[in-house]
Amino acid sequence: MSVSQPVASDHQLARLLQIGMVLEEVVEARAHQHYRSVSADLDTEIEALLEHAAEESADHRDRLAALIDDLDAERIPFEQIEPLVADHYDRDRDTDGVLYDQLCNEETAYKFYDDLIAAIEASSASFGIDREHLVETLSAIREEEADGAEEVTRLMEARE
Amino acid sequence: MNTAEQYLKAIYLVQQVENGPAATGRLADSLDVSPASANEMIGKLEERGLADHEKYKGVTLTDEGIERARDSLQTYCIIERFLVEVLGVEDFRTEASQLESVIDETVAERLDTIIDREPQCPDCFAPDEDVCALLDPDGGAAD
Repeated sequence: MSVSQPVASDHQLARLLQIGMVLEEVVEARAHQHYRSVSADLDTEIEALLEHAAEESADHRDRLAALIDDLDAERIPFEQIEPLVADHYDRDRDTDGVLYDQLCNEETAYKFYDDLIAAIEASSASFGIDREHLVETLSAIREEEADGAEEVTRLMEARE
Repeated sequence: MNTAEQYLKAIYLVQQVENGPAATGRLADSLDVSPASANEMIGKLEERGLADHEKYKGVTLTDEGIERARDSLQTYCIIERFLVEVLGVEDFRTEASQLESVIDETVAERLDTIIDREPQCPDCFAPDEDVCALLDPDGGAAD
């Protein structure tokens, strides 16, 4: 065990990017599951939100995959994660639960990218990919997660 | 998980193995830090009411410290199990130790939605082996 070491190698960086990819895939797969499980109760706003969340996660996944490719590491295929989400998905969920879950998704992703960027910035290691491009990509994704959390919060407040 | 949480987890595990207070030297060894660094953090944990330190005996977690340590251990268990079950990582202990400072409890909770963790977690964690006693290290996907 070691204490608070920053990202110290390409291997560690690739592993963290893989985890980011899995988180995005979980968001995308859960959005699909929500849609299937409560589609009869969904209004157009929530439907649009879930569709946007799935599209955005797919886009984030592609951007992370490009970084992973540049590090010569393996991508984590969506086809591997989707059945895991389906197997563990709790179907007893109303629309409020869907929104809350979506908010957790956005906030969790934001926290992950925020911590990852801080760890990269605290690291003096040189990586096999351009550091500036790496941080720019992760920062852009982080901002989109923040916007997503705001959007869900706005929708939740409007329904109160 | 932040540095304080890593210390709490380490103290909790050393206390389990020793069945008593965690000696500072033993704690420093388990965290791969100097005894001076360990002492400094123990002081901070004491100030926050999370641990009690008795000279020549060692450090003992308070009830609140135990609660926080168990949360941190659970996060660590999720990371280990995720690495084995989803990513098929062979050297999961080393990688979990490297990742724990970057993976927050909320992030671990999301990873937890796709793994099979036992309800008694973290009581099934085996400190000597640094792994959940119920985890099959060969039970994951290909790396």
